[in-house]
Amino acid sequence: AALNGGLRSQVSAALKEGRVTPTELCQRCLALIKSTKFLNAYITVAEETALKQAEESEERYKRGQPLGILDGIPIAVKDNFNTAGIETTCASNMLKGYISPYNATVVQKLLDQGAVLLGKTNLDEFAMGSGSTDGVFGPVRNPWSYSKQYKEKSVPKSHSEDEESNWVITGGSSGGSAAAVSSFTCFAALGSDTGGSTRNPAAHCGVVGLKPTYGLISRHGLIPLVNSMDVPGILTRCVDDAAVLLGSLAGHDPKDSTTIQDGFKPFELPNLTDVSKLSIGIPKEYHAPGLSSEILALWSKAADLFKNAGAKVVEVSLPHTPYSIVCYHVLCTAEVASNMARFDGLEYGHRSDMKDSTESMYAATRREGFNDVVRGRILSGNYFLLKQNYEKYFVKAQKVRRLIANDFVKVFRSGVDILLTPTTLSDATPYTEFIQEDNRTRSAQDDILTQAANMAGLPAINVPTALSERGLPVGLQFIGRSFQEKQLLTVAKWFEKQVQFPVIQLEEVKRHDTDVFQHQKSASFS
Amino acid sequence: LAPWVPVVGLEIHAQISSNSKLFSGSQVQFAAPPNSLVSFFDASLPGTLPVLNRRCVEAAVMTGLALNCSINKKSLFDRKHYFYADLPAGYQITQQRVPIAVNGSLSYSLCIDNKMSQMVTKTVRIKQIQLEQDSGKSLHDDTRSQTLVDLNRAGVGLMEVVMEPDMCCGEEAAAAVRELQLILQTLGSSQAVMAEGQLRVDANVSVHHPGEPYGVRTEVKNINSIRFLAKAIDYEIQRQIEELENGGTILNETRAFDSKLGCTVPMRDKEGKQDYRFMPEPNLPPLILYDAKSLPANMNHQQVINIDWIHERLPDLPSVKRKKLVEQYGILPEHSFTLLNEDGLAEFFESVVKQTQMKPKKVIGWILKDLLSYLKQHSLTVKESPVSSFLLADLLNLLEKKEISSTAAKQVLAELWKGEGKTPLEIVKEQKLELLQDQKELEQICQAVIDGHKNEVIMMVLG
Repeated sequence: AALNGGLRSQVSAALKEGRVTPTELCQRCLALIKSTKFLNAYITVAEETALKQAEESEERYKRGQPLGILDGIPIAVKDNFNTAGIETTCASNMLKGYISPYNATVVQKLLDQGAVLLGKTNLDEFAMGSGSTDGVFGPVRNPWSYSKQYKEKSVPKSHSEDEESNWVITGGSSGGSAAAVSSFTCFAALGSDTGGSTRNPAAHCGVVGLKPTYGLISRHGLIPLVNSMDVPGILTRCVDDAAVLLGSLAGHDPKDSTTIQDGFKPFELPNLTDVSKLSIGIPKEYHAPGLSSEILALWSKAADLFKNAGAKVVEVSLPHTPYSIVCYHVLCTAEVASNMARFDGLEYGHRSDMKDSTESMYAATRREGFNDVVRGRILSGNYFLLKQNYEKYFVKAQKVRRLIANDFVKVFRSGVDILLTPTTLSDATPYTEFIQEDNRTRSAQDDILTQAANMAGLPAINVPTALSERGLPVGLQFIGRSFQEKQLLTVAKWFEKQVQFPVIQLEEVKRHDTDVFQHQKSASFS
Repeated sequence: LAPWVPVVGLEIHAQISSNSKLFSGSQVQFAAPPNSLVSFFDASLPGTLPVLNRRCVEAAVMTGLALNCSINKKSLFDRKHYFYADLPAGYQITQQRVPIAVNGSLSYSLCIDNKMSQMVTKTVRIKQIQLEQDSGKSLHDDTRSQTLVDLNRAGVGLMEVVMEPDMCCGEEAAAAVRELQLILQTLGSSQAVMAEGQLRVDANVSVHHPGEPYGVRTEVKNINSIRFLAKAIDYEIQRQIEELENGGTILNETRAFDSKLGCTVPMRDKEGKQDYRFMPEPNLPPLILYDAKSLPANMNHQQVINIDWIHERLPDLPSVKRKKLVEQYGILPEHSFTLLNEDGLAEFFESVVKQTQMKPKKVIGWILKDLLSYLKQHSLTVKESPVSSFLLADLLNLLEKKEISSTAAKQVLAELWKGEGKTPLEIVKEQKLELLQDQKELEQICQAVIDGHKNEVIMMVLG
């Protein structure tokens, strides 16, 4: 069986034909999780329940009655989704030990289709961050730090220096999920995306990261960061797999009043051969300050790729792009201040021992439960929501948000089908360097290319494109029209085929499945 | 001394009569075991989302229409933030920017000078009606230094009805609230029983001299009955007048009514004015309502609320019912008020009228004087009356047919109250209360009396 292959085209077939069993898949993933523990991608590994689910799946395959493509497929879920009976922590002291009584809708959907839930992945605390470095369980390490490709290119600065200090971040905040998919410990993972939290780590970890249109996938059970921007994100190793996951998750949920009412029909992606009818927009404002020359070159090369294949490639303008970060900060912190108000230690979660009064208990609980980043955002958010500030900041930001969204509307109306942009400003930063700047600074820098799509509620996807000079993944982003995921993914799939992004060469993975990988002939893009 | 003009406005919270809560599926029920009616959303478990209860919206629309409001076809939900043990999410979902109904009016009637015979009609403007969540209940146990929290009530739907400061005293406020209560009960949108917390009234009171701007107002809370409402308001008006006449000032504060002492006292200060940091509720899209004109053709009837459809199906409001009673039965307007004021009394009256030949104008006296006073004396509701409409009608028929005198009828009624199951006729026979119609028999009796008292007769004849 090809663990590297697509779900629909290869794994599903292998399971159906009995060439591999769900239990075998599950066991392999669990073993690999153990041997890649140093990545710190998982907060909780649900070994017992996963094996049980795999067993049940196996029974179904034996009877010839699998529930669908996802039956028996091991998946991981970011630890800000509620999972009944399995700890949900949001990488925070506030929810350490919290066992939710219900499943998030997306989790339930996956389980209903027979997916095997391996565990909960690591993140920045309450999804606030762009590095997956600020959670109470420690930072996530990018699997590419240990790849042959990175090691070959890295020049040790001193004799004593080893991998330990050289490792790079995954990006964030869904770093654990991205690392899990990237290191083959699962076939797909759920992340969340509020300002780029799925696409950013996808780019740094060399995997596909899909941010669906706001309202397409239910948020019920996703512990919110910014209710008006959050979406569940999908991380997979190829675009086809993202389409499979999307098909199983999208659609109206009566429990989430912000999901669309219209019916959603899952789709299979066509193999696009002719791109001549396509119009690709290149937004000039995405040539942002700090964009590495490497990525700039890659972006340009990608544009040429489309042009040479016959597509129409035009430069467009999204003039309000530079304002999106400040706008985001106002709206995000305001919603955070509001969403975090429920954490008072009364009904669930951490409760301080402070007993002098209710107020002092609240204050101590929240100080003990939240890290600096969360507390900082709460304070900022409350400031912006004060009566005397509301018009100046919150309402103003809402207006700017409308302008940002309108930028996209205008561009799409002018005949552009898809926008092509970089996903990140550079390849993954080494951890020691990343932590030199604070969370807020980093977030402001790293979200700049991904944030506007959340403002506008549009679908966007990171497609791994090539390796950087340092041997680390670089991805490019496609942004599509509202609810036009089929078109977006179709184009992304065509692009993926053109660039033939190389497979990660990880010692641990090789040890487990020497015969399992089809070594792809890399007509490598770079 | 210059006259004072008291100004009274009201904020009324009416619990919506519905099976489940405003944004979640847990049940609404009074006096259930603590924390037995709490859904994940009510407990504010992270990741849960509000889902609007259709029935609550319909209740608010009905109420808005009954109060002559404009129903906003688009209204919005907001979060109002403050920390308190009975507010699990740290915010209440309410409608601060655009409520569901605005600009209505409520007409109510008062007796002038306590004479039922002179009634005057007044109107109070309804500023708005908004949908919002109720909070849970917290009980402070000071001996054990703990607070006990019951979330059964958390998330129950409320309609906040804001009445403009058009009232001038406790009596007016009480009458307005009474009328609102009747309207809500008629609509079924709220059971509006104050004792069960289904109707809560806060009063805003201020005084000023005519021609001058309104004075500083205080808010009076913790009022548990309509009677106390009038008392609290009148006390507060007096307190403010005395304070100002003594050279003092009125603080813009919240005061609680102490029913035992009959006065208002300052409530524990919550550290200055609260900034609720209002923010739109991002998980609820704007509430869109339709009318016959705006309803899209292909819309699923289940998915929408049609204001006109609701309007067509509104029951007769109390004011209409009273009018009909007066027209149909020729009773006085003040009678119709009393009939409607007592739960079930109007139906009782109509039932008696149907079963008797006595004219309604005469029946009403028996209902309002004899029946009602007895019920009041024994703290019984009409439903609990030992005398059914059938029995009373039976009795009144005897009276109408002149088989007994009116004095005798009252005696029979007194006996009927015992509820021993005897019919009026049986009691009449038992107590020999039959009116004698036979002339000859009467003469015989009179003659017997005269014969029996010869001395007295002579004394009388002699003068």
